[in-house]
Amino acid sequence: MSELRFDDVTVRYGRTAAVDGVSLAVPPGAVVGLVGESGSGKSTLARAAVGLAPIAGGRITLGGVPVPARGRSRPLQMVFQDPYSSLDPRMTVGASVAEAMPPGGSRADRRAEVERLLELVHLNPACAGAVPARLSGGQRQRVALARALAARPRVIVADEITSALDVSVQGAVLNLVRELQRELGLSMLFISHNLAVVRYVASHVAVMRRGRLVEQGPAARVLTEPGHEYTRELLAAVPGRTTRRSRP
Amino acid sequence: MQGRWTRVVRTPLGLTATVLVVAVVALAVLGPVLWGSGAGAVDTDAILAPPSAEHLAGTDNLGRDILLRVLVATRLSIVLALLAITIAVVCGLVLGSAPFVLGRRSGRLLAAGVNIAVAFPGLLLALFFAVVFGVGATGAVLAIGLAGAPAFARLTQTLVAGVVARDYVAAAQAMGIGRLRILVRHVLPNIAEPLVVNATIGAGSALLSFTGLSFLGLGVQSPSYDWGRLLYDGIATIYVNAAAALVPGAAVLLAGLAFNLFGESVAKGLGVPAGIGLGAVVPGRRAVPVDAPAPAGRTAAADRPSDVVLDVRDLEVTVPGPAGPVRPVRGVSFDVRRGEAIGIVGESGSGKSMTALAITRLLAGRGRVDAARLEFLGQDLLAPDTAVRRRTLGTTLAMVFQDPMTAFNPTRRIGAQLAEVATHHQGMTRRAAAARAVDRLAAVRIPDAPARVRQYPHEFSGGMRQRAMIGMGLMGSPALIVADEPTTALDVTVQQQVLDLLTAIRRADDVALVLISHDVTVVGEVCDRILVMYAGRIVEDLPAADLVTAARHPYTRALVDAVPDMTTDLAEPLATIPGRPVDPADVPRGCAYADRCPLAGARCRAEDPPLVAGPDGPPGHRVACWHAGEPLPAPAGRDYDELVESP
Repeated sequence: MSELRFDDVTVRYGRTAAVDGVSLAVPPGAVVGLVGESGSGKSTLARAAVGLAPIAGGRITLGGVPVPARGRSRPLQMVFQDPYSSLDPRMTVGASVAEAMPPGGSRADRRAEVERLLELVHLNPACAGAVPARLSGGQRQRVALARALAARPRVIVADEITSALDVSVQGAVLNLVRELQRELGLSMLFISHNLAVVRYVASHVAVMRRGRLVEQGPAARVLTEPGHEYTRELLAAVPGRTTRRSRP
Repeated sequence: MQGRWTRVVRTPLGLTATVLVVAVVALAVLGPVLWGSGAGAVDTDAILAPPSAEHLAGTDNLGRDILLRVLVATRLSIVLALLAITIAVVCGLVLGSAPFVLGRRSGRLLAAGVNIAVAFPGLLLALFFAVVFGVGATGAVLAIGLAGAPAFARLTQTLVAGVVARDYVAAAQAMGIGRLRILVRHVLPNIAEPLVVNATIGAGSALLSFTGLSFLGLGVQSPSYDWGRLLYDGIATIYVNAAAALVPGAAVLLAGLAFNLFGESVAKGLGVPAGIGLGAVVPGRRAVPVDAPAPAGRTAAADRPSDVVLDVRDLEVTVPGPAGPVRPVRGVSFDVRRGEAIGIVGESGSGKSMTALAITRLLAGRGRVDAARLEFLGQDLLAPDTAVRRRTLGTTLAMVFQDPMTAFNPTRRIGAQLAEVATHHQGMTRRAAAARAVDRLAAVRIPDAPARVRQYPHEFSGGMRQRAMIGMGLMGSPALIVADEPTTALDVTVQQQVLDLLTAIRRADDVALVLISHDVTVVGEVCDRILVMYAGRIVEDLPAADLVTAARHPYTRALVDAVPDMTTDLAEPLATIPGRPVDPADVPRGCAYADRCPLAGARCRAEDPPLVAGPDGPPGHRVACWHAGEPLPAPAGRDYDELVESP
């Protein structure tokens, strides 16, 4: 297991710096929640990590070596926000998952691996033959998770993976994320604008604003005794903070 | 997929075009076999004969039968046209997809080259190439093919750019899959349909271009002949025998039309389904069902309290669907009092937005609204539209949409769009209206309002646009604001500002609010009363204070438990609702929630429970459930989420 580190990373689009000198670490086996408003650069940071956005400065390393941006071996995988756009509509679920698997192995091995992965994300292995149009949003997001896991990643970057889902489905996906993290010991960079969601899955929290990291630390501390004004503002804005929950 | 192709054949135009194309292709295959020798037979006794029973279209200068020659020429004409279009499509595909494979810099150069090539007129290019490649069929095929390539390259480029922006391409890149492989596996299959359609239409125009070149003597040369060549020969003798020119002309026309119409109808068939009409879309008034449960707190219209702003009884909305009319709202009854805030929550497809559109009369031609009663400030909203009512609605009812970017006209200044409300509905002068626009923007806490009114919507941030939208609603003196997911597209901090603003407006002017959201926490914080919708019905109507502690419908309770908040127990998994929401086109008998409900029994699957106040509960708390308030069993460990069949 190895640590994902961002060292003074800068990403520029034209003249504007979408990410401006961000240093952040995702310790092995930990879930780091990255919060911030839209345009704060959190998605750009994620895309830079998996090689989808060019970095203008700094380094992104995994276990001390730079994250490879070429070749088939990709230890970092990403799950996207919109489950309706992240699966090829012309490919069966099985083919999508199999595509991400490292090359090699017999056809039977690969099929068995696809079935194992689908079971891992609580989908019926019979789903493998279905096209995404037959699945609900939550089911698609699980396929996307299975596809990310198929590449045997050391770290998964989850970019707003529940924000396009209905609340009833969001819970199931969050439960799955926690379960996978516990069972597989996955490290994860979990991006969300929803603090309650981040609180539920993440052990560490980092707060971004205008391309810069304004605060980071253990979730329990950042969310209860925020050190930065902006974090306090975010916390104050969480809806339902006035209501008390009690299970019936 | 299959269904969409059969839809192509099912329209009269599609059927005609398909039959024509099949006939042309059959003729191309069989023509030379059946009539090859007949068409070549020289009859020196009947040179340049006019049409007769023996030669229906007459003969040419060697006494050959022109009709037979036209039939036989089908093969060469079609084959040449198809060859040309193949060249165009292949070159176009290569040129159009190369920018994606090559990467940014060389791709941009190539794209610029294609854009310049597109600007040249096709026929001019064809003539140019015909001169370069020499006169003859080969030259003509290359010329027409290459002249058509830029258009296809441009189309491919656009389509590729659209697919490349999708996340599955990004996912494949993140997996380390090469660009060429991504192109073949992910991009090309997803742009094939429009390309095929355009190739079919292109085949028709290639045929025409070919005929043109042959007619000019730049195409097929003797002794070979295609329709263009026959036309060229026929024109020379048009005063002797008009049929000699008209028959090949008609052949070109028919074949060209066949390809074009086929392409068009394929394009139409593969596009959006047209849907099944509803007949006249007029508001209807349904007879009040005798056993209809009365909304809380009153029984008849006579003793209606005067503070009711909106009165909805048995609202039904019917919209056209691909397989017949669909009813996304099925009998919704509620009322909103002055200054009251009602929240409507539900999953996507529960009918909450349709309810909003129906009560604001914004459904217009898209659906049919029926209700036993639909009154706003005592005015019947089901009555035919009048200028007076439009004015009243325009000034007393405000609607706020989810996406404020699309709700404003991007080409007009914010101030002008706000002022329009006042000049149109309130008869204000432009100056007074402009002043009020500034005042209202200030009222929705937009800083520096006098300068801001002169800006365009894109110069406003998302939250600011949403506030301007609310400001637009405040141009009149609204009695009711209907807000449909007003904060879903906004950040949490901005969401809070917008919600605070709505609350402040409500307090200040006693404005009623209907807030529609999928987020129970948002609704619970802002509203007094909450209506929970499922499959087009209200399943629970309860005070917001009871939402977390005293909800009685299993769906409401699941919805509340499914959403994590800042106090959720981190040791326990979140509650989930198995299955997926009901498809409005296929609502089951009995309680629509039964399939997902842990409490469902035989009665739930047979009878739809009415929305009633509990026998021991407060009258303001209505619930539609046979098992309301019963303890929920511990969540069963479901191993798989079932695969859901496509509708």
